[in-house]
Amino acid sequence: MIDVNQKLLVVNDLSKTFNSKGLTVKAVDDLSFTLKKGETLAIVGESGCGKSTTGKLICRLLETDSGNIYFNNSDILKLSHREFRKIRPNIQMVFQDPYSSLNPRMTIGKLLAEPIKLDKTLKLSEINKKINELITVVGLDLEDLDKYPHEFSGGQRQRISIARAIANEPQLIICDEPVSALDLLTQGHMLNLLKNLQKKYGFSYLFISHDLSVVKHISDRIGIMYQGSLVEMGQRDQVFNTPKHPYTKLLLDAMLSLSTTEALPAIEVIEKDENRRKSQCKFALRCSKFNEQCISNRVKLERYRNEHHVACCLYT
Amino acid sequence: MTKLLSVKDLTIGIDRKKDPLTIVNGISFDIDYGETLGIVGESGCGKSLTALSLMGLLGREIKQLKGTINFKGEQISALTDKEIRKLCGKSIGMIFQEPMTALNPMFTIGKQMADAQRLHLGVSKKEANLNSEELLHAVGINQAREVLKSYPHEFSGGMRQRVLIAMSIACRPSLVIADEPTTALDVVIQGQILRIIKTLVNEKEMSLLLISHDLSVIAHMTENVIVMYAGEVVEEDTTENIINNPEHPYTKELVKAAFDLRSANQRHLNVLSGTVPRPEESTKGCKFAKRCQFSMEICSIKRPKFNHKTNTKGRLRCWLAEGGINDRCESKTISS
Repeated sequence: MIDVNQKLLVVNDLSKTFNSKGLTVKAVDDLSFTLKKGETLAIVGESGCGKSTTGKLICRLLETDSGNIYFNNSDILKLSHREFRKIRPNIQMVFQDPYSSLNPRMTIGKLLAEPIKLDKTLKLSEINKKINELITVVGLDLEDLDKYPHEFSGGQRQRISIARAIANEPQLIICDEPVSALDLLTQGHMLNLLKNLQKKYGFSYLFISHDLSVVKHISDRIGIMYQGSLVEMGQRDQVFNTPKHPYTKLLLDAMLSLSTTEALPAIEVIEKDENRRKSQCKFALRCSKFNEQCISNRVKLERYRNEHHVACCLYT
Repeated sequence: MTKLLSVKDLTIGIDRKKDPLTIVNGISFDIDYGETLGIVGESGCGKSLTALSLMGLLGREIKQLKGTINFKGEQISALTDKEIRKLCGKSIGMIFQEPMTALNPMFTIGKQMADAQRLHLGVSKKEANLNSEELLHAVGINQAREVLKSYPHEFSGGMRQRVLIAMSIACRPSLVIADEPTTALDVVIQGQILRIIKTLVNEKEMSLLLISHDLSVIAHMTENVIVMYAGEVVEEDTTENIINNPEHPYTKELVKAAFDLRSANQRHLNVLSGTVPRPEESTKGCKFAKRCQFSMEICSIKRPKFNHKTNTKGRLRCWLAEGGINDRCESKTISS
């Protein structure tokens, strides 16, 4: 039995397979991690690695194939839809695209009232008070309540999405690439806002991103995901300063510096030979450290040091 | 010798009788043969509109109001639609940000790649296909023949962007315009795509106009940069000077934000607050004055000129640099 005390979210052996045209894709493959209260865990990986699917599985926007998700000690996958609805306000999502995630035909005031009205006991005056509070907390003006989403820039829209997400004072907010569609300065503002809100309300964030430089500023712990599984997980500094898994190193090397003299990161061409194809390790086809023991050894996320976990035969 | 591309006093806006609206306000820049130029700025500063106007792709509402665009000695704004069609795709190639929307989902990659070549180069279907295969190899796609028979939806974003790059260089253009070519891609793919563009530019001696809000991309790709703010060029210089020694307060903020995001262990980011003024907001003085921490009295009264920098070849639009007491006296007479 897993110890789920003190932990807000425990994900255990989660799997999800998609079928299309006779092809099966394991989007999430035996994924396990925990998230403590008030903590920010970042999940980083390239597009198609299953990070967004993970977020959707936790919200039950997609049905899980196998595994358990414990939220506040209760297995939310065992709940009926009706029972889950009661818990659902505690889990909120902020999506990547601020253009398609707000209803264009509703004013900002109405958009914000929607989640607040879930609490049927509130009076109209209380609802309005709450709306006013929300809009100022995310750094917009009271006058903005009568406007429609198209009147706002991408950054402002993302603020509205965040206001909607925090309306019910959730415990967990799943941020799925919340700043990827924004420019550099706006990214900075958004990260500051998320950080300040966390200080004020004590949310836990599951922060899904492909960009390590963004994650550096917001996360306490980082999990690196590759083809549906975590390949490395650790404290932020452990991952950035002493990365172990070759894929983490590849991601860190691919971050562009601001130097005008440095060459672009090199692309290593790796021949996909039979040994690599046979290997148990999913990363074998792209790994620069591939050797014989990688062929037969099974790879699992194992403790390397303290909270630093790696899934690579080189470190077990 | 004439430059490859010479843009003078380009003004883009909406030509309404009541109140004409300018979005891009009198910008000028040149691109030489084989030169790489970057345009940086926040979203909404007019970078993409500038690029679209170079290809004659502005819509019916938003028009070029003033200025000239000279490409190889020919005025683009004076050309008819038919003549522009001959130019675009042939002499100027464009790579867009969204590889999903830029490709037609109804046709195979091969058909889309061949069309441009058959139209502009007058080659046969067979020749075009052979050429396409070669191009796909050049952008790092190995199974070129199968790719040509496939449809866009069968590929990932990175693959589609490679196809788009291959298409944009199919007719050997002398200028490639890339509008945020890697913003939609993740870091590993971004590195690969940038490398491909850079190699192609070097090998085929093309000029590149790269538009991006990401200074690290600009730093790796271009020799010169212009910094745009609210439809104006506020600073231009070599990339090295812009990154290492920015002079305009806005450029300084951009560079600082880019460095801060990369620096370790900094929890609270000190980012420039406020937003770019909207085109309908009229400002008498410097457009950046409201957000500028060095703002002086004159800044909100009189628009600074685009002057040459003292130490470098670059140019700068800022009262701080003008520094002359004369200007300040002048401002006082205006205000009084």
